[in-house]
Amino acid sequence: MSAPLLEIDDLTVHFPSAAGPVRAVDGLSLSLARGQTLGVVGESGSGKTVTFLAAMRLLERSRPEIHGRILLDGVDVLTLPAREMREVRGPRIGMIFQDPLSALHPLLRVGDQIAETVRAHRDVGRRDARAQSVAALAQVGIPNADERARQYPHQLSGGMRQRVMIAMALILEPDLLIADEPTTALDTTVEAQILDIIDDLRTRLGIGVVLVSHSLATVADVADTVAVMYAGRVVERGRCEAVFAHPSHPYTWGLLDTVPALGAERSRLVPIPGSPPSLIDPPPGCRFAPRCAYRFDACTRHLPELVERGGGHADACVLPVPGRGARRHRLAPSGEEAAP
Amino acid sequence: MGRYILRRLMWTVVVVIIVTLITFVIFYVLPSGDPALRFAGKEPTAQVLAQVRTDLGLNHSVAVQYLLYLKRLVLGDRYGWPGLGFSYSSGAAIAPQLWQRAQITIQLVLGAAVLWMVIGIPVGVFSALRPRSRFDRASLFVGLVFISTPVFWLGLLMLWLFSSTLGWLQGTGYVAFTTDPVQWAAHMLMPWITLSLAFAAIYARMVRSNMLDTLGEDYIRTARAKGLPERRIVTRHALRASLVPIVTLLAVDIATLVGGTVIVETVFNLQGLGSWVLNGALNQDLPVTLAVTLVATIAVSLLSLVADILYAYMDPRVRPE
Repeated sequence: MSAPLLEIDDLTVHFPSAAGPVRAVDGLSLSLARGQTLGVVGESGSGKTVTFLAAMRLLERSRPEIHGRILLDGVDVLTLPAREMREVRGPRIGMIFQDPLSALHPLLRVGDQIAETVRAHRDVGRRDARAQSVAALAQVGIPNADERARQYPHQLSGGMRQRVMIAMALILEPDLLIADEPTTALDTTVEAQILDIIDDLRTRLGIGVVLVSHSLATVADVADTVAVMYAGRVVERGRCEAVFAHPSHPYTWGLLDTVPALGAERSRLVPIPGSPPSLIDPPPGCRFAPRCAYRFDACTRHLPELVERGGGHADACVLPVPGRGARRHRLAPSGEEAAP
Repeated sequence: MGRYILRRLMWTVVVVIIVTLITFVIFYVLPSGDPALRFAGKEPTAQVLAQVRTDLGLNHSVAVQYLLYLKRLVLGDRYGWPGLGFSYSSGAAIAPQLWQRAQITIQLVLGAAVLWMVIGIPVGVFSALRPRSRFDRASLFVGLVFISTPVFWLGLLMLWLFSSTLGWLQGTGYVAFTTDPVQWAAHMLMPWITLSLAFAAIYARMVRSNMLDTLGEDYIRTARAKGLPERRIVTRHALRASLVPIVTLLAVDIATLVGGTVIVETVFNLQGLGSWVLNGALNQDLPVTLAVTLVATIAVSLLSLVADILYAYMDPRVRPE
């Protein structure tokens, strides 16, 4: 395998607060190969969004303290001067957000919003940029793209707006698309369409995709690799099928239990008891320990690191591996038959 | 759109009727004595008093007077259309004077509005870009000084400093632009500044807080995420959205000042509407009071209509489909 497209190495992001630093991301490592999709899953506040906003250097207004490295094709974006960083945003990394209505400027026509992205980075005329944005809208499956380009965000449906965001993020043909909960604000039927479009463009353009979601089910169909985050750290990562077939971290088990399974016998969905820990003063040892049904004294003694368990599958849990074999998984991996 | 504007204009007529009626009622309800007595000279005989009353149209009941006023307003009077009557104190027709004074006031108000926007918007923007910076704090402090300084004192101070002491600017009075543009500007500059400083401070704070809100919006993050230059993000994305509510405010402020620049007009001896209506009210000169009230009412109505149209132009979300 060639050098990864994106490699995050021991990233910490701490926000200053009156009560002390908020450890939003605390020692996180990830990597993504070109042409692949990485699913990043975790509850709200687990640091998913902060991680990738840090990769875009979009956190600077909150004055965070950032350590570690975020390598894009081997270049650490955290050390780039602002001018070069501007050439990363757009031409190298495209990003789409959770709520496309608030992410699009309400007073500007969607076509103009795409066209200005082109003109900010390439020396093209107004008319050219416009033609390109119409073509980009058509590429993400917007009918009557020419007419739609002249409309304002509030005149489009939620799914259409997110398509506009995708068209805008990809118009400069970046190497990496970061999709931060792109379907959370959308209907389930539209969610599938949007994920299809993203996956289709990944194959066609050969880009890497980071798909951030709070739901394992969302990433199950499209991700090649999955990283499960909890309280600012990755607790489990591996190939998608492996994580779904043999989840090895109790938190992942819990996440899987919150997903309803079709076909399986009717059973209650099991919520994970408790709530995520304080990021200002995290509990000693494993951050998940206070909510973990399997904890024992070793869990609260030291913070477990990610440990490779074979085949790229790693978890950060001190539970002896055989003890986890008994775990019955409920959501089958569907990587193979999911292709549209 | 056409129907909407028409409906709003009809509402303006209704508002004018209501406002003039209220003015009439206030004029007659307030215990200010008989206006006829005031203009009949010293120790008038009953006959003279009756004559004055008839001349001024005060011999009718209040209701009839009001209806006659409306009738003349619509149909015109012996001075032409619209029928605004004559001033009780000077005996001169209202309409020509109203037009002349309105011109002065409009120049004063519009000039001041341009000035306070030119000062307020950039100060607000820069404060928002560096909140809590030295510039932000300094502008807040200076702004508070301008807001809390009495306008008449500020005007007198400027006159003393720039006119009497330094001799840079002309003192008081008005020179028409058509007569001498340089003299016109030299005479208007101090009134403009005096009138605009408090507004500039208020607008700067307003633009600052709108900008700060806007800069925290998701779509600004999107603009950054697509690598736009910071300048474009500030001007095209943030400022544009921040100015939409300011437009409405501006229209209302300008309209309010049309009938309310009494102090600045008095200090700088500008024969505008504000000083006129003050005299009218003090001298029980009903036609003058009514005329200025009328102009101010129409200004408020029309400018808020203009503001609403501009709002729809700037924000596609409130546009009728």
